[in-house]
Amino acid sequence: MADCIFRIGGEGGEGVISTGELLTLTLARSGYEIYTFRTYPAEIKGGHANYQVRASDRLLLSQGAAVDVLVAFNEEAWRMHHKDVRPGGALIYDADSFTPPATDSAVMYGFPLTSLATEKVGVKLTKNIVCLGALAGLFDIQVEKFEELLKERFARKGEAVVQKNIQALRVGFEYVKGQQKRDSIRMGPGPRQVKELVLSGNESLALGAIASGLKLYAGYPITPATDIMEFLAKELPKIGGYVVQTEDEISAIGTVLGASFAGTKAMTATSGPGFSLMIEMLGLAVMAEIPAVIVDVQRVGPSTGMPTKTEQADLYLAVYGGHGSCPRVVMALSSVEDCFYSIMRAFNIAEQFQTPVVVLSDQYLGHRKATVPKPDINKVAVINRVMPGPEALGPGYKRYRLDGKDGVSPMAIPGTAEGYYVAEGLEHTEIGYPAASNHDNHLQMTEKRYKKFHAVEAMSNDLVRQYGVEKPEIGIIGWGSSEGVIREAVQLGIEKGYSVGALHPKILYPLPLARLTEFIDGAKAIIIPELNFTGQFATLLRKRFVRDFIQLNKTIGLPFTPKEILDKVEEVAKNVRDQRPGTVAARV
Amino acid sequence: MSEINVQERSPQEYKTDEHPIWCPGCGDFGVLASLYQSLAHLRIQPKDLVVVAGIGCSGRTPGFVKSYGFHVVHGRVLPVALGVKLANPNLHVIGVGGDGDGFAIGGGHIPHAARRNFDIAYLIMNNGTYGLTKGQYSPTAPKGFQAGSTPYGNIEKPLNPLAMLIAYGATFVARGYSGKPKELTDIINRAIEHKGFAFVDIISPCITFYNTYKVIPPRLVEVPKDHDVTNRVKAFELSLAEDKISLGVYYQVQEPTFEEGVAEVIKTAQASTPPRLDEIFAEFA
Repeated sequence: MADCIFRIGGEGGEGVISTGELLTLTLARSGYEIYTFRTYPAEIKGGHANYQVRASDRLLLSQGAAVDVLVAFNEEAWRMHHKDVRPGGALIYDADSFTPPATDSAVMYGFPLTSLATEKVGVKLTKNIVCLGALAGLFDIQVEKFEELLKERFARKGEAVVQKNIQALRVGFEYVKGQQKRDSIRMGPGPRQVKELVLSGNESLALGAIASGLKLYAGYPITPATDIMEFLAKELPKIGGYVVQTEDEISAIGTVLGASFAGTKAMTATSGPGFSLMIEMLGLAVMAEIPAVIVDVQRVGPSTGMPTKTEQADLYLAVYGGHGSCPRVVMALSSVEDCFYSIMRAFNIAEQFQTPVVVLSDQYLGHRKATVPKPDINKVAVINRVMPGPEALGPGYKRYRLDGKDGVSPMAIPGTAEGYYVAEGLEHTEIGYPAASNHDNHLQMTEKRYKKFHAVEAMSNDLVRQYGVEKPEIGIIGWGSSEGVIREAVQLGIEKGYSVGALHPKILYPLPLARLTEFIDGAKAIIIPELNFTGQFATLLRKRFVRDFIQLNKTIGLPFTPKEILDKVEEVAKNVRDQRPGTVAARV
Repeated sequence: MSEINVQERSPQEYKTDEHPIWCPGCGDFGVLASLYQSLAHLRIQPKDLVVVAGIGCSGRTPGFVKSYGFHVVHGRVLPVALGVKLANPNLHVIGVGGDGDGFAIGGGHIPHAARRNFDIAYLIMNNGTYGLTKGQYSPTAPKGFQAGSTPYGNIEKPLNPLAMLIAYGATFVARGYSGKPKELTDIINRAIEHKGFAFVDIISPCITFYNTYKVIPPRLVEVPKDHDVTNRVKAFELSLAEDKISLGVYYQVQEPTFEEGVAEVIKTAQASTPPRLDEIFAEFA
């Protein structure tokens, strides 16, 4: 079994990330499943940067724990990460930069990366590529896959640049062949034959949006969501769409609503600070019944917070943000592959129910890369909004008619003759006239909007995944990007003999009550792991279930590890051993 | 622009059965009448017209025009209008709002709408006050203006919408007066016909909270007959005149529109790759 975690650390802006990306793609093309993990400084140049790649011949659910191979380009990288290297793991360092103290635990390899690059290649900047050659030589990684990739990467810069890089790769490769191998890590050809894609969560999401029929994206640069905009700016025009970089996030959501009103599928993506700015217009989308998809790639808050670190603390804002009785739909993305399909479902819900759908991702998911099977665009059938037939058009066309199924009223698109109406932010009548003083009408219209919400609630029970023991003693309910980590912890728990299982809703508002009730009723204890301080999802559940949920909160800007979840399961197991089987779950 | 329609139209055709909520004597009635005249003159089909409005007295305009409309939140006319226009460049898009909506809460959008030059007409009904909240000073109210939130007099100086728009690079900048309907109709005609971002500042007095019907007319003059509308410096000079208020087109030049730029980008992108999702997937294998 091959399952190896590489971590590369060095000075920010000096190629650590591109080294990691090249290693990632090479290992993916060599037939391995990939799971990367990125933490990086907020500065562009300087500061410490690192890139972690986990490669395995089996399904990967988390970033893993101990590091197998650490590459330290400088002393700071060694200082920060050497304690994470497992006993027997390999520690590779640039011997021209520093010499770490000897250790009994890890196998040390001091390679003169800088001098090999300057003397044998003649270009100091190629030390990263020299290092990749050394990794290939030391761990049997297919060097021809690296060569293939370098040719593709640098083809546009000309043959001379390609050859310099290939030369650097060989210099590293040959140097290592002259050294004695003292570790047991081997990453020869992996088992996977089917060509898979290597995508980040943000890229997967953007592709899913395109598959849904997205034609207009409006956004404002913000970490960690910017790469969605940059990806779409490149790809969307190829299929006749466009990306507008607006002057702020208010303008971004305004542009999205204008486009959607005029019949085009539109979306925006942002992070906490930008999402806060969008809240007034979220209410407009609810009131005027405009389909819209709003992605929040969460980062640490409040305020500017820690822009490059991960957190799940925008749930309250997504669910409750805004004034008035204001139903919207909130979904959460759980894996790189899920990003593709869930964003398609988000567009479908937005269109079918003429509602804004908030989609929560986070830095951990948005920026990590994984191997995923080529997405099947037919897996989720695309739904488009219902438009009025000719019989409904003409004078007195009721854009907001009250008698539609599930509260949905057919929506005319500008350009349609006799479909005139005003999309109203004021409370309005069935034909869209302002009705700011009609008390009964306000109740009827509020009920109409909540009818749509309850129709989504009825179908939300299909948007849930479940893992482990079906009726577990110890249940875990998580959300968003923690899915893989929780699933791995469940597997580990079962291997240790615990009755443990997990429920993972992909829709958080409305809640999939039927599935939750069944799961919660059957368990003796329920653990809710969340990357926020107060337990926002647990609080949401407490509104609907009378139950003593056990919170597991982590607020350091990093994702959970499987061990942290497993430790909590073991602690809880001790306490519930003597209790009676589950009572409760009286709903309120 | 949408298909040319030869059918003659009367201003009456654009009226709806929703009655304006404005105070009798409000300048906005004059603006609405001129808008009806323009739409009829240009034979715009109601199905191809979208009126986007902000919040305030003027914000109620879409309900009074037979066309599609979007009554948005305060200050966000321009972003929504941009979205509408990008979704369907064949639509005629007219943005309407007041001086508070456009220059205070929504002021941040104006420079970007101007420099993008997307093809809409943006009509500001400028009365120097917040009528719907009963008369506070607005960004165009003069120094010394006394009202609810400035009981001791306004200490801020008013901004100059014309100078601002010329500086931002708008390709059509004009000023009208609600009390001169014929001239105003002509200006709105030209604003709608202009290809690009057309801005019209319309002095539209608030009879209830800031009645300027007596003080404005003596200051009104026409833009000089020999004014060169393509001369930005001259347009700027005209906008800075302290005592006289010139009515007419200050500045008009033809520049590529945002929509044309978008079409170019799409053409470039599609030249290198066939428009298929599969081709995009292949980039990530």
